[in-house]
Amino acid sequence: MSKRTDSNSYTIIFAVIMVLIVGSLLAFFASSLKPNIDENKRIEKQQNILYAMGINENDESSANFVSTDKAGADFKKYIKRQIVIQGDKISEDENAYLIDVKKQQAFAKEGKDRKLPLFIGEKDGVTFYVAPILGKGLWDAIWGYVSLDENMVVQGAYFDHKGETPGLGANIKQRFFMDDFIGEHLMTDAGVFKGVTVAKGNNDPKNENKTDYEVDAIAGATITGDGVSAMMKSDLKLYVPYFNSLKK
Amino acid sequence: MALLSKKDTALLTDPLADNNPITIQVLGICSALAITAELKASIVMAVSVMAVLAIGNVVISLLRNVIPSKIRIIVQLIVVAALVIIVDLVLKAFAYELSKTLSVFVGLIITNCIIMGRFEAFALGNKPWRSFLDGIGNAAGYGLILIIVGFFRELLGSGTLLGFKVLGDPIEKTGLYAIGYENNGFMLLSPMALIVVGIIIWIQRSRNTSLIEEN
Repeated sequence: MSKRTDSNSYTIIFAVIMVLIVGSLLAFFASSLKPNIDENKRIEKQQNILYAMGINENDESSANFVSTDKAGADFKKYIKRQIVIQGDKISEDENAYLIDVKKQQAFAKEGKDRKLPLFIGEKDGVTFYVAPILGKGLWDAIWGYVSLDENMVVQGAYFDHKGETPGLGANIKQRFFMDDFIGEHLMTDAGVFKGVTVAKGNNDPKNENKTDYEVDAIAGATITGDGVSAMMKSDLKLYVPYFNSLKK
Repeated sequence: MALLSKKDTALLTDPLADNNPITIQVLGICSALAITAELKASIVMAVSVMAVLAIGNVVISLLRNVIPSKIRIIVQLIVVAALVIIVDLVLKAFAYELSKTLSVFVGLIITNCIIMGRFEAFALGNKPWRSFLDGIGNAAGYGLILIIVGFFRELLGSGTLLGFKVLGDPIEKTGLYAIGYENNGFMLLSPMALIVVGIIIWIQRSRNTSLIEEN
């Protein structure tokens, strides 16, 4: 290597030029691809909500969304109303599915009234209430959509994660885990909210008991499972007043 | 004349066995522990690392005469991080499904010591074509171990391969489970990857005793 590259001035100039080139390259890619990425995320939200309602292209064991080109039309067809619950007020908003749950959770922490989006869908004459949930896994955010009936019995669930361990925590988005939630009750008969806990000691591997408020945990994914339990409880509990008002 | 000279072929084949990045150079162990609980993740990681290492090696090799030696590690890190992030952004825009599968691996690839190791040890001192071959070879050697470990961890830990229940259904008690076989949950935890890698090292060194260091 020549001496030229060892001088301090060369090193500094090299560093400056490299940072400028790499920085502008990244900025260029990020901003020019942003519209496409945002559109993909928007379609994904629609697919997630439809999935939780049972509108999907699942085969025997894997989870498949409706195709991206059909998602928009299906979303219009099946989602009848999108409502936003804020304190006691309930308003309709056809873009409620774009509400950023993370921002709303931050509002709630500051003591402000958070917006709670709820998507009311109808399939084959059955009404589904789909709520978004968001929590923490082991490494990063985990989130999902849970569809409920009027009595807060789970009709379907979709979970996703940003960076859980492949093969362990990442399995929360596998059918064998998500399907276990179907039919689970969130409320006791007396009207107390219990949620669903991801439990190691469930002792019900075939998931026949739907009123034990538990589903089977994934081995090796304790913290991710705890995260799922926590968000199932904390986020869905907020909808209890709305569901109680439906019964009146 | 053959497409690859004898020396070039050695660049591709050496890392598969006698100079394997994981079992001999002890590079890339952390990701080998983290993502080998199932075979599919191992394969995805192997392919991703191969792409990043081959391209990164070529870039570093092209820049080898202008990189100031005092900050070469930082330069290497920036090159690999920029590469990986750009690929991730492009996938997010045009192949969203694929990018979701890969997203977990992005951070793991950037911090994978095998990448820095090969930049430092090879690409900085060799021409682009040879560096490219070295990248492919080392990534293949790394991937080979990953896939072997992933195969045993998924098979013995979950009783599946690529998600297929090859040993029967543990809940319905069919196949092997009918005669009392149980999955070993230990295999799903990271320490077992280390033990599997250890067994591979053992087998490799007992077959080729020249690999054993003398103290």
